[in-house]
Amino acid sequence: MPMIEMSSVNKWYDDFQVLKDCSTQVAKGEVVVVCGPSGSGKSTLIKTVNGLEPFQEGTITVDEISVGDPATDLPRLRARIGMVFQNFELFPHLSIMENIKLAQLKVLNRTDDESAKRGMELLDRVGLVDQADKFPAQLSGGQQQRVAIARGLAMDPIAMLFDEPTSALDPEMINEVLDVMTALAEDGMTMMVVTHEMGFARRVAHRVIFMDEGRIEEDCTKDDFFGTARGERAQEFLSKILTH
Amino acid sequence: MFENFDFEIIVTSIPFLIEGMGLTLLLTVLAIVGGLALGTVLALCRLAPYRWLSLFAGSYVNFFRSMPLILVIFWFYFLVPFIVGRPVGGFYSVLVAFIMFEAAYYCEIMRAGIQSVRQGQVHAGQALGLTYRQNMRYIVLPQAFRAMIPILLTQAIILFQDTSLVYVVGLRDFLVAADIVANRDNRLMEMFLTVALVYFVMCLAGQLGIRKIQKKFATG
Ligand SMILES: Nc1ncnc2c1ncn2[C@@H]1O[C@H](COP(=O)(O)OP(=O)(O)O)[C@@H](O)[C@H]1O
Ligand SMILES: [Mg+2]
Repeated sequence: MPMIEMSSVNKWYDDFQVLKDCSTQVAKGEVVVVCGPSGSGKSTLIKTVNGLEPFQEGTITVDEISVGDPATDLPRLRARIGMVFQNFELFPHLSIMENIKLAQLKVLNRTDDESAKRGMELLDRVGLVDQADKFPAQLSGGQQQRVAIARGLAMDPIAMLFDEPTSALDPEMINEVLDVMTALAEDGMTMMVVTHEMGFARRVAHRVIFMDEGRIEEDCTKDDFFGTARGERAQEFLSKILTH
Repeated sequence: MFENFDFEIIVTSIPFLIEGMGLTLLLTVLAIVGGLALGTVLALCRLAPYRWLSLFAGSYVNFFRSMPLILVIFWFYFLVPFIVGRPVGGFYSVLVAFIMFEAAYYCEIMRAGIQSVRQGQVHAGQALGLTYRQNMRYIVLPQAFRAMIPILLTQAIILFQDTSLVYVVGLRDFLVAADIVANRDNRLMEMFLTVALVYFVMCLAGQLGIRKIQKKFATG
């Protein structure tokens, strides 16, 4: 069974259809990169996976649990899926350590000591142990995004979702975040990553999904995608982002 | 007109005035605390995904915002003892009136504050597995309160001034205390100048305090 499975997902905002018959799957330990022009529905797609965005038709399952089923305990399912956002979304009123501890305490019911210990391990992993007592505003964008990744990992997730994790960063900070993500992928984490970083896709991804106007236009192995097997729209998109 | 201005009367009536000010401040503080609590609950109802709850909160707010405060004070003076079934005294009826009235304004302030918290923050809390209530409590409300502090304090200053309306039910607040002295000793000029000066200084101090807080939050 795939870790994440979407089949024939349709979603509308009023009469505007933002997702059109989207189907794909992500196996355990697989890294899938999602790319496509701005407004093509990438963020919407990835947010349907943990139910942040509801959808009207189709099914999505994560670890065999149906996301769209009204009977599903969504908070409980979400606690097992990490998510990293374009704008970091650290909680500005909490310190770095408190950011990482909050959901461990309130959702997983870990003790204060346990969550602090897990927090320190993860801050160490992303190279930010010395920032534990600072507040988000005191950190650079790259540091904040690494904390956001640590915050997600603290929940010991079965999969991680990334929505353009580096596109709000200054160029010199992009690599420190991509390095953390690369290490995570090498550890076998199941990942779905919306990004335009084609270098990362070439190095780390197993598969690439290309979206256009709400449709999954390409869904193929990395080698096929960067080889010759891609369609015209994907070709056009790639040449645009690789030359700019 | 100022040749026989009597400073003595001001000095000797200070203890009496302070007693009145005590009531004014007590009423202000209790009404703020109660109004904020009720206002927050109303704001949560207003934003709740249940139509009837949000409709109820909306009607409450519209109703109290269309009523002159003095009328609300009058009503509750008769209504509260009627509901409780025994006399409660002017203070409690006025306190209930102020809390219910202020809650309508605090509700709207809180609602704006809650809505000012970015969708991304809400998503981040949800994505971590927080329930709706936990997300409100740990992520949204703390940020909403911070954003709202200057407006909440401004509303508190207005309330401080509005408490002077309690004279209609015979409570002896700061203004009434001054009025009593003024009429007893026929020293209207002295007493009402003092009252004006005290209100002015206290409100000015409050406003300067708010500006300081605003600056502190603006710089992070
Ligand atoms: N809340 C919303 N209401 C209406 N339309 C929306 C909303 N959110 C996104 N959209 C539209 O849906 C489309 C896809 O958006 P999005 O998933 O953010 O695209 P991407 O992440 O690929 O840039 C866009 O055309 C966007 O304008
Ligand atoms: Mg997007």
